[in-house]
Order: sequence, then C-alpha cells, then structure tokens
Amino acid sequence: MCRIGAIKSKNYMHPSKALLLMRSQQKGHDNSGFAMVMQDLGGIFEDYKDLPILSMACTDEGLNIADNILAEEGFLRVMQWCPETNPDPKLIIETMPHYLFQVLQYPKAFKYATPEEKEDLLINTRLRLRKALEVDEEGYVYSFWPDVITLKEIGDPKDIGTYFGLWKESKDFAAKIITAQCRQNTNYDIVRYAAHPFFLQGYTSLANGENTFYEKNKLFQKKLYKGYVGFESDSQCFLYTLHYLNKVLKWPLHYYKHIITPLPYDEILNRKDEKILLKIKESLAHLEINGPNTIISTMPDGTVFTCCDSKKLRPVVIGSTDETVVITSEVTGINEILPERNWEEDIYPHERETVVINNDMKIERWQQ
Amino acid sequence: MKVNELGKDDLLWQIEYNSDRCTFCGKCTAACPFDAIEASVEKRRKVISEGPTPTPKINFQTVPVIKQNIDIQNFCRGCGICEKVCPNEAIRPVKNPDERFAMKVRSYTGNSFTRGGRNNLNTNERAFDKIQIGRISQMTDPSLDAQRHTFEMLAPFGRILPPQQIPLHMVDGKLELEDNLPPVRWIYPIIIGDMSIGALSGRMWEALAIATAYLNEEAGIPIRMCSGEGGMPVRLLKSRYLKYMILQIASGHFGWNRIINTMPDMVEDPAGIIIKIGQGAKPGDGGLLQAKKVAQHIQEIRGVPKTDLLSPPNHQGLYSIEESVQKMFLSLNAAFKFKVPVAIKVSASVTSVSVYNNLLRDPYNIVGGFFLDGIYGGTGAAHEISLNHTGHPVLSKLRDCYLAAVHQGKQGQIPLWAAGGMGMTGNLAADAFKAICLGANGVFTGKLMLQIAGCVGNDHGKCNACNTGLCPVGICTQNPVLVKRLDIDKVAENIVNYFIATDQEIKKLMAPIGNSSLPVGRSDALVSIDSSIAEKLQIQYAC
Repeated sequence: MCRIGAIKSKNYMHPSKALLLMRSQQKGHDNSGFAMVMQDLGGIFEDYKDLPILSMACTDEGLNIADNILAEEGFLRVMQWCPETNPDPKLIIETMPHYLFQVLQYPKAFKYATPEEKEDLLINTRLRLRKALEVDEEGYVYSFWPDVITLKEIGDPKDIGTYFGLWKESKDFAAKIITAQCRQNTNYDIVRYAAHPFFLQGYTSLANGENTFYEKNKLFQKKLYKGYVGFESDSQCFLYTLHYLNKVLKWPLHYYKHIITPLPYDEILNRKDEKILLKIKESLAHLEINGPNTIISTMPDGTVFTCCDSKKLRPVVIGSTDETVVITSEVTGINEILPERNWEEDIYPHERETVVINNDMKIERWQQ
Repeated sequence: MKVNELGKDDLLWQIEYNSDRCTFCGKCTAACPFDAIEASVEKRRKVISEGPTPTPKINFQTVPVIKQNIDIQNFCRGCGICEKVCPNEAIRPVKNPDERFAMKVRSYTGNSFTRGGRNNLNTNERAFDKIQIGRISQMTDPSLDAQRHTFEMLAPFGRILPPQQIPLHMVDGKLELEDNLPPVRWIYPIIIGDMSIGALSGRMWEALAIATAYLNEEAGIPIRMCSGEGGMPVRLLKSRYLKYMILQIASGHFGWNRIINTMPDMVEDPAGIIIKIGQGAKPGDGGLLQAKKVAQHIQEIRGVPKTDLLSPPNHQGLYSIEESVQKMFLSLNAAFKFKVPVAIKVSASVTSVSVYNNLLRDPYNIVGGFFLDGIYGGTGAAHEISLNHTGHPVLSKLRDCYLAAVHQGKQGQIPLWAAGGMGMTGNLAADAFKAICLGANGVFTGKLMLQIAGCVGNDHGKCNACNTGLCPVGICTQNPVLVKRLDIDKVAENIVNYFIATDQEIKKLMAPIGNSSLPVGRSDALVSIDSSIAEKLQIQYAC
C-alpha cells in the first residue's frame, strides 16, 4: 500500500521534513519513486509569489523545445533554479539530464489581463509544453503555476533525496505546505506523470488505494475540462473532481464528499438538504468513487484536507502542534517529525468525515 | 392417399402414445387446450393361442386410443400438458425434427404464420454468456463481503441534469435549489417489463402486481412494474400501490381513457410513464391482441368492443413520429404536473444511437429514460417472420448508446435501461450485472416472469401459443377455465422469492469487484472469451 503525507506549517519547512515523515513508513516503498509538491514557497522563491514557476525535467532537446515555446508565448525568464545534484552510481534513481524550476514573467500582452485569462494562459502553455515534449519523451512538465514547485523522480526515495541534496536542511528551499509520496502508482506503467501528488491550477491531490470507479470517472472527466489529461494514474480522478467542484462549478469544498461518496438514498431522504444532495448524487453519479482510498488535497488558498472513501479501507492520521499539522498514512511518520505533540489529540477520521486544516492551523472536522 | 395433405410428419410436435400404459382416464384430452388430441378407436389384430399346443387364432379388436389431430388449427404445440396430467406416463409430445408446419400453413392459407413467444432462431449462443466478471478485487482493493457489507442498489428513472443546468444559488456557503426540476425516482435496477392485461390473464397480471407491492413493502426491494399497453384496473389506479406502477402508453392508447378519467381520484402519482415506440420481439410491428383474448373485463379496462386490437406500428402524427412523440411527452408531463418521469421505449435497432443522441440533445429535458428492447424478448402474438427475422440484439446497442453518451459527455443524463432476453438462461442477476457494467442504469424483464409463473414455452418451438388465447397454464389467456390453472398467490410468492434471490446474486457479483454501489459503465470489470465480442463491446479479451 502506498503511504502518503502532507505537512502544513505556519513556518517555512525544508523538504527533508517530508523525507523524514515518509522514511519510517518505508515498508510501503518499492523504489518506484518519490514526488512532492511544495506550495506557499519561501527561500529563493519567496519574492516571486505572483509569478508562475515552471517545474520541469527534460533532456537537452527538451530544454530547447520548452524555451522556444515559452518564447513564442511571450514569457520572459526572471529566475531559474536548478538543484545541485550528487550523482553516484550506487544510487537507485533514473535521472533526467535537467531539472528546472523557472520563474517567468507573464507575456506583455497579459499586462492588463484578468486573473482568469492568466490562469487560462498557464494551463494552455503547460498543455502545449507537455504535448511537444511527449513526442520523443524529451521532458516532463509537472506544474506551471505561481508559488508552486513540483519534483518527481523514479527510484528509491532515500536515494532520490540524496541525489537532490534534500536531506540537508537549507533555508533557500522551503515551503509552508509540502505534500509527498514515496511510491507511485505501481498498478500501471512506472512513468513520471503517474507519481502523486498531482497538481492542477492550485489544487493538489495525492491518494492511496485503488480507484475502482476509475473507468467511469475517467470517461466522464475527459469531457469536462481541457486540463483533465493524462490519467496515467487512477488517482488523478480525485484531483480532477476536486478542481471541477471548486474551480469549474464554484461549489464549496464541503460538497466534495457528497460527490465522491454520496450518502445512501435513504439517508439523504432524512436530511434537510435532501433536494440538493439528491441532485448532486444524480448529476455527478459518474464522479462517485467506491474505494478503497484515502485522499489528501491542498486548495489554492492553502487549505489542506483529507477524506476517505465510504468504506474507509485505507488508513490516515492527523497529528498537530500549534505551528504544524501533519496528515499521513501511519502515525510513525508523525512521531518522527512532531515527537513533542500531544498524541492524544491525534485524529483518525472516519468514512464520512473531512478533516480540514486552514491557514491558522485550525483543524475542523466536517461531517458529511 | 393425397401427398399434398397435411401429414403427421409435417407437424411441429408428434404425440408419442403408449396404449399399454393408458387407462383412458381422459385427463389428457380434457387438459389439452388446443384440441390437438382426442379419444378415438383403432382396429387391432392380435394372434392368440389358448390350447396346450399352439393353435394360433387371429383376433380383431376395436380398442380405444388417444389420437393426435392432424390439422392446421388444432395442432400440438408441444406444451406437454398431456404429459403433466397423465398419471401413467402414457403420453408425451416429441419434437419433430423434420417438421414443415409453418411452411404448410402459409401454402394452405395464404396467410403469414403467427405465434407467440420469442425468436426461435439462433437462440443457443448468447453474447451474455461469453462475458465473465473478470476483474476480481484482491490485494490492492479487497473484495467486499456480500453478506456483511451494505450495498446500494438503486437506479435513477427520470431526466438528470448536468450540474451547470441545475438552477442553484449560494446561501451562507450552502447550495440551494431555485426551481422545481425534472422528477427523478430512485428505484431498483430491475423493472418488471411491460406486459398488458389482455396479453396476460388478469390473474397473472395481478400476481405480478401483488409481487411488486410485496417486494416494496415487505422485502425492501423497491422494484417497479410497467403496466404494458392496456391500462390497469381502476381499483389499482385509485390505490396507494399506484406509486409502484409505471403506466405505459403505446400507439393504440388502450386503457388511457380510464386512466385519465381516474386521475382526479388518484391518491398517489404513478412511478413513471413509458411511451412505447417499439418492442424488441417484433420491431416495426404494432401490438396485436386477438379478439379471442378480448374478454369482458379487457373490453372494460381498454374501453373497446370484442374485436382484434391492433396497435399501429407507429404513433400517428401529422408530420412525423418525432413530433407526435414530443407532443406526447409534453402532454404526459403536463398531465401529471411535471411530477412523474416520462421515458421512452424503443426497439434496439441500427438507428438506436441516432435516436438516443437526439434525445440527449433535446433542450426541453423531458425524456426521463431510454428503454432499449432487444431481440429475444417475448411477445403475446406476432408474425413468425417478425419474431425470427427482425430485431437487433440489445447488448452491443446498449454499449453503443452508452459510448455515444460518453462521446457527448452526457452519460447518465438520460438513464439507459436494457431488455430483450434478460434472464433467458434463468439467471437474471448475471445478465443485469453485465448490462450495468456496459453502461445500463438498469434492466427490465418480462418473459422470465412468465417462466417463473409456470410458462412452459421455450425458444426451441415449445408451446409458443400465446397468440391463441389458449395458454395451457393460464398465463396468456382470458379463458375462464384455463386461467384457473394459475394460482395467483403461489405465482406472486415465486416471483418475490426469485427477486430476493436475484438481489443476493447481484451482491455476489458486486462484492468480488469491490463495489458497494452499482458499477454503471464499469466495463473494466468484464472480460470476454470471444475476441470479436470483446472488440465490439470494448472490453478485455481473455482466453
């Protein structure tokens, strides 16, 4: 079973925290990879909060292709950071020649553009880059969004950490929200895009278990929005449903559970909000999931939450201090990075619950 | 001897009679509704010897026997009622592999050959049976326990709107509905399919209605039953049980005079309305209730005299069937104050996808279900040529329709219900489950209900006499003597039991694929051992 984790803190954290969080849950690793998304960035990225950051791994040729496309679109490079790597033949890792994190300035034509227009430009550009790089597998674009960087690689998570120097704390590379998984979806091909967390327009999701309604979710989502692509992992469906709910339909987050795990019909009939819940159950039946899954997600405003499928066949626990909240598959991970917390306040959510952490580190438990 | 005359070797069925075992009790001749056998005499020659040494003597005797009629009216249908009632196993019908009966009837009468039942050609191999539930949840997503877990087995009946079309507004972070929306009912994913009073005996129809009410009120299985075209008893229309009944309107509009007149007295809304455009067993052909089945109570319910009742092959409209159906949709929606879902039933056909595509694009949101009826469904009476040579199997067309909706991004908006040979091998759960995985929201079943009730017919020429009004087991007849052969309570009990078993069996299929709600469109759960079927249905091939 995959192990997943998310750390949200009032302070900037280095990704070594995420590696530590996942290390004690190592029995869930299988050397298929490590991936993380960092949001609300500090360090060298702190001064560029409003500018989009491109997270990409590519070959020399891929670099050319991407540069040309970005230039064609009118983006200007403001800053580029490439992690210092530590190559060692003993490390279990399948590397790419380049790992880039580029901060870009919007094209001039977008100087007076609305936020929606800018968002659309970013998704269109990312899709264009992805398509161009896909042809000869010259590269992978994981995210292109302000204040977000994504790193994914295939191999042993510990070695990937060593390769990128992630074990050594540094103030230059830090974020207030880090989500990570030390294994990718091994049901399908081991490809970089299949590694969680998945990111789309400010929304991040990672999950474990298997989405048994993958087929019907996928067929339905493919028509809903241009950004719902890939489907290399059945867990991408959780992200796309979240994005559809909140970004496309503009419904509040508490309807997420009602979409993915609608209440049984008889229970809905006893609710005050019966009418609306029935309509959601009917209208979005193809977005229902049937487990077994635990999902952890981040919203564009920094809210982090977790919930499970309705049979709750995958574990998750939330531990916290005043400064930091950690959501992960096994409590051993939390013990590792928050040993001083009051463990009696740990939360083991149930199948009808959504546990939500807001930016003040307040933990709310929403009942479906 | 005239070779042109009908001979015993032309008949569909030949009576095998053993006079040594026969006690001449007369039960077989009394029970045969077709007058296919009668008491007769035969001259017998017997050589006997009575003395101490052989002294053969020839004795001629006239003995009573049971004899088969050789006649194009009174012929044996192979129903086997004689065998059932014979206390001595002295008589039984045997299928004649060399028969040429239908051909002879055509050549003697100049009429097309009619019968009841189902398609009798190529009925041995079904695509359904070449599909397996091949995706068994194991390590990463454990199977469920069919006994311990709870399952939600409900399907929508009614027009479902995409989220953008639902008139919503936000109050304190909560969504609220602004308007009334098309009605949607959540019901069991199996509907007892449209068989009319008239086609069925009143007793059979009543047994179905009793079973439906019992399943809803006592067994927790919210099944619905469709009336068929022919109305229903006023007592039922005025009762609270109407909520379990789907009213059907077809091209003959039979029974609707009474339904409309009873509307002020209805205490419940019906479960839905189905507009029947076509049926799977005889697509392109209208209903046919022969005068001999139009008994007094049928005349009253339908508001017609005793005559052959023919539903036209299509709905009559000034310009087009499309327009007349649309008018019908609007008027039926309006008649029940837009509170009752209105669905359409069509024969599976090469054109089904076009029809479904059109309905999905309909801007009025008035179509609450697409009922697709394939070949292998049954019928009370039809021309054999229609039964055997017209129609389209339902499975691939169901899949085509689902994928057409997927292509439009509109899957689920008009629920798909499939029929036509569901449960033909006796297992409705397996057929229903496979259809659901291929994209159906539910299925409907008719002929199987009759078989549970005691119908002796099959798809290999046995009985198929629904058209005669002489059903030997009292199911498809209005004959007051024959209908008494049917025990209403027992039939209702058997149907209830069958659905309780089916409910368990569907769970036994949901559990191994790890799903607690219906796997609509989960084609990844299916594999086929036939590569052409796998290719057509877009499921995995397995060998």
